[in-house]
Amino acid sequence: IRRTRSARTHPRLVYFQVVIWRSVASIAWSVLLLPVTSAVFVLLSRFSLFHPIQWISECTSLLTASSTIFSLVVLCGVVLITGLFNLEFYTLVPSIPCSRMALLGTVLHPRQCVHSLVYCTMGMLVMWCASVTIGGRYSTLGIPCRQSESGEVVTCLNEYHLFLLLAGAFMGYSHSFLGVVQNMYYVSFQPIQQYKYPRFKGCLPMVVKCSVIQSLYSARNFAALYFFFGYVPKTWISSTLHLQIDSSLQPLDSLTGLLDFSLLYHLSISGTFLYFTWYLTVLLFRIYVTEAYSFPVQSTFTEDAEQCLPKVLAETNTLVMKFLALQDLALLSQHSLSRRLEVFSLSQPGGHPHNWNAISRECMSLLSELTQRLLAHQDAVASNGRVKSQSASIDTRSASSRTEDVSETPRLSVPLRTPGSVFTSSVGGMHSALTAPFTPDVDSPFSSPAIRRLVGQQEPRSPWFGTVQSPHIMRRGPKLWSASTGETARLKLSYLHKIFSSNVQLPEASSQALFADSQAHIWALQGLSHLVAASFSEDQFGVVQTTLPSILSCLVVLLEAVDRHFKLPHASSKPVRTVCSMGDSTYKTLRFALRAALKTAIYKITTTFGEHLNAVNISTEHRKRLQQFLEFKE
Amino acid sequence: MCSLGVFPAPVTAAQTLFERNNELLSALHPGEHSQACDLPSPQFTRDTLKGHSRPESSSRSVFLDQRDTLWMRSAGAWRDAGLYGLLDEITNSAEEVPRFLAVGSACVLALLRWASSFHGSLFPHLTLSSDEMVAEFSQMLDWSDSALRSFAWHPHTDKFAVALLDDSIKIYKSNSSPTPTLKHRCQRSVCALQWKPLCGSALAVACQSCLLIWHVDPASLSTRPSSGCAQVLSHPGHSPITSIAWSPTGSLLVSASPVDTSMMVWDVAAESAVPLQRVGGGGVTYLSWSPDGSRLLAATPSALFRVWETRMWTCERWPCLKGSCQSACWSPDGGCLLLSMQGERVIYALTFSDLTGINNTYSSPVTACQLLLILKGFSSLSALLNISVGGEVCSLSWDPRGERLAVLLKGRADNHPSVIAVFKTRSSPVFELLPCGFVMGEAGAEPRFMQFHPHFQHGALLTVCWSDGRISHVPFYFSSAGLLGGDSPQQALASNTTNPSSNKLYTEQIS
Repeated sequence: IRRTRSARTHPRLVYFQVVIWRSVASIAWSVLLLPVTSAVFVLLSRFSLFHPIQWISECTSLLTASSTIFSLVVLCGVVLITGLFNLEFYTLVPSIPCSRMALLGTVLHPRQCVHSLVYCTMGMLVMWCASVTIGGRYSTLGIPCRQSESGEVVTCLNEYHLFLLLAGAFMGYSHSFLGVVQNMYYVSFQPIQQYKYPRFKGCLPMVVKCSVIQSLYSARNFAALYFFFGYVPKTWISSTLHLQIDSSLQPLDSLTGLLDFSLLYHLSISGTFLYFTWYLTVLLFRIYVTEAYSFPVQSTFTEDAEQCLPKVLAETNTLVMKFLALQDLALLSQHSLSRRLEVFSLSQPGGHPHNWNAISRECMSLLSELTQRLLAHQDAVASNGRVKSQSASIDTRSASSRTEDVSETPRLSVPLRTPGSVFTSSVGGMHSALTAPFTPDVDSPFSSPAIRRLVGQQEPRSPWFGTVQSPHIMRRGPKLWSASTGETARLKLSYLHKIFSSNVQLPEASSQALFADSQAHIWALQGLSHLVAASFSEDQFGVVQTTLPSILSCLVVLLEAVDRHFKLPHASSKPVRTVCSMGDSTYKTLRFALRAALKTAIYKITTTFGEHLNAVNISTEHRKRLQQFLEFKE
Repeated sequence: MCSLGVFPAPVTAAQTLFERNNELLSALHPGEHSQACDLPSPQFTRDTLKGHSRPESSSRSVFLDQRDTLWMRSAGAWRDAGLYGLLDEITNSAEEVPRFLAVGSACVLALLRWASSFHGSLFPHLTLSSDEMVAEFSQMLDWSDSALRSFAWHPHTDKFAVALLDDSIKIYKSNSSPTPTLKHRCQRSVCALQWKPLCGSALAVACQSCLLIWHVDPASLSTRPSSGCAQVLSHPGHSPITSIAWSPTGSLLVSASPVDTSMMVWDVAAESAVPLQRVGGGGVTYLSWSPDGSRLLAATPSALFRVWETRMWTCERWPCLKGSCQSACWSPDGGCLLLSMQGERVIYALTFSDLTGINNTYSSPVTACQLLLILKGFSSLSALLNISVGGEVCSLSWDPRGERLAVLLKGRADNHPSVIAVFKTRSSPVFELLPCGFVMGEAGAEPRFMQFHPHFQHGALLTVCWSDGRISHVPFYFSSAGLLGGDSPQQALASNTTNPSSNKLYTEQIS
């Protein structure tokens, strides 16, 4: 018995096999691509139009020099750390701050501070490598110079080197900052499947463009910053390292010093190199993680049962496995006849449709959970939506009661729901989902409530509850500062709160937050509808028919909830498209995608079954709604 | 090889009404008067439709010339015509700018022109203007001259959309409900229309500058839906769009432009696009998705076309013998693709024999491109009128049951009009093509575009857009000999349940 237990594949092991292995592969590829990008960087940094032969020969000798090799080793370390950060910080459900305060809190979170610090250091390291590679006046921090009055040779501060190093730190920080603002670590799945190499090739121009644009922006901002505050680090460094400041050279924090074409060129080239290294790592990570994984539908050995599709679908600990399983379900329902037949098959002793039951139950529980979330949100908006927006007025009682609801109402672990029970059960669990979109986080800024909602984790009870006055501090407090921060922090917070109190609620953010994890629902809808449609001709034992009424009711109830949601203000306004950034903004339109997928799913079923739907046992209102679909009037 | 001479020539050159008993009957046939089906057949004339007379840029000549500052003019040129316009403006106002700037911009302009002419010599279609390009690659014959610009049947209901010369779109339904007219600021030079499958309302429109997705509520009685009902999808460098194709599941939309080497796969609701780039061919002109959704044909302006497999989106290159692929149609089961090439009187067939799904094989279609049919010679239609037909194949259409194939043959000069030849097709036991007859319009009218009704109950229904602006429907009444493939049990079941009150699911019947 003990041996079989040890041989059983633990779900954690599947996770290890899939995700860890994939991220290791992506990091390995980014390291392998590093010499190529470095070579391109060397060529560009030493570029001289009028001496092409000298340029080429210099570059080849530089590429084989020991300093370049050492730089490469340092850069490898940087890429490794970037890759580890990707693995640690990536999220499938974006955290959507519902107000500016929440955004500020995310930026100032200790975890984010560590992240920024590490990226600043890495930026400086990369810039150090870049300045060594560019050579010439950039290569070292100290240069010998002659003092004007005495004439003796002393070591002076090389401001060019310092300029590049500080630029690296600045770019590192802005990368880390924009990572939060633009949800850089949000990994979205593509609507189509592609092999890794074509996808990489297709995305590469975008990455180059983004890194060039980002580098130009950062260079501009940094030059402006250095112009005003450049003397601070300069005097500090020169005093701590006892370096003289060469007065014969033009200082860089002046207009004439900054308007040096060669300096700006090298700054932007190095910045592009820096950003490209990071973006490439992110891109490779995204490509590897979102690659479709084919789970076995059933296994002949009980040891492998844990890695089968129905088991992984019910996975609650690792979100990425659940997403991959749902994606696989959507794909198999459309493309793979043999695997569909496995889904419809009966268990060998007993003749139970375990596979279909588990899969349909999991999909339907996902969908009905979304229905409840939507209903709860609508009720919240209908009852006290206005109170929320007028947040400047502090309402102690309502706020504290609401937070108690959050903390005390247990998270629903949603079992299979019949359509009738959806309404009744939604009443009980209303408040938990009610405030959830407005409190995106409890313990981490990078995991939104949707993650925990999906995973079904209990919300930890924060010691802050019940002690604070402001509803905003209340809602966002636990996320902003950990409980150890004391009175000063709270004072600061309320002060900041006053600053941001005008226009606190970001428009449509709550709507986005509601649908933040809707990719899972879209796959569930696709998978269910295609399986049901395929069952019309492929299901030999009629296993699907027993669940058909509940599936149809589930879809119609969800459709009604979604329709109502789109009648709310801001829900149907389209977000502004960002021009070029590495951050993925697909989450902003997920609600539209979900609505379209839902309608398509219902149409798929109604067109396949046609008049046969009259024989399905569903309630009259639902039948009326389905009749609309049969007549193509939706 | 098939000579058009074996086609049964119509007795008179009158309008073809329908097919019955394996015979195409015309209006002058004794005893046949009425229009056979209850579908609207509107007519549009060029006079009633006022197209937008001239492009905006040429309206400048109407206004008085006013001297702006150089900055204003440069900004205007940049806005109107991009980099070219800016450089042109600087070069033209040489006396106001420093000499080096004028000379520099002149040099850059010359360099750009040289480069683009070189590029244009590789791909001649790039030298065309936007409107010419749309006219060249539109499926509508003689697009620029026609009152009708495009036509599309709804895949599930008796509803069709027509794009007209004045850049509006009208939607007709079978019953006498109001016909909505769609107009939008961006809706210029409509080249293609397609309704979204598995949806009642969404219509994709390929325009000159962008892609429009109209959401026309079928229950609404409004005759002028506001432009807020339209979604605008655009991507820099991806215009004019000459072809669009929805996936049969309705989840994706692919758009193609002859200028852009990548075709866009849109997730319409999320408004995000994935470009799929293949440089060879210099652009994509025509797209056609197979009915089972597993493959997508993408034709280029060069002698090359590709067949994409839609699971992992890899493609096969098919260099054609000569000329670009002009039109294509899929068999209902998606196993056979018929193609026509520009300038050839030949139909090629591409058969796919792969087992997607059964063994999880991704793409191993053992395909063969074979010469299916050579439409040789001319057929003298009527000795009295001295008309002969026959020519280059420019459009193909296969009915959804796979029993009738309509081929639009391009005409040449007088007394040599374009004509639609219809074949009877059968796929089992061997593939067969039998001549059925010519579909004629009213006197002097030539066919411009044709499409089969996606779900006609009693056979097949061919809708033809004529050069006189009329849209007519030609039903072909026949009883299905055998379905061309795929879902035969489904169809058999559907025919079983004739009485809707006693509908039962099939397992109930079996058990």
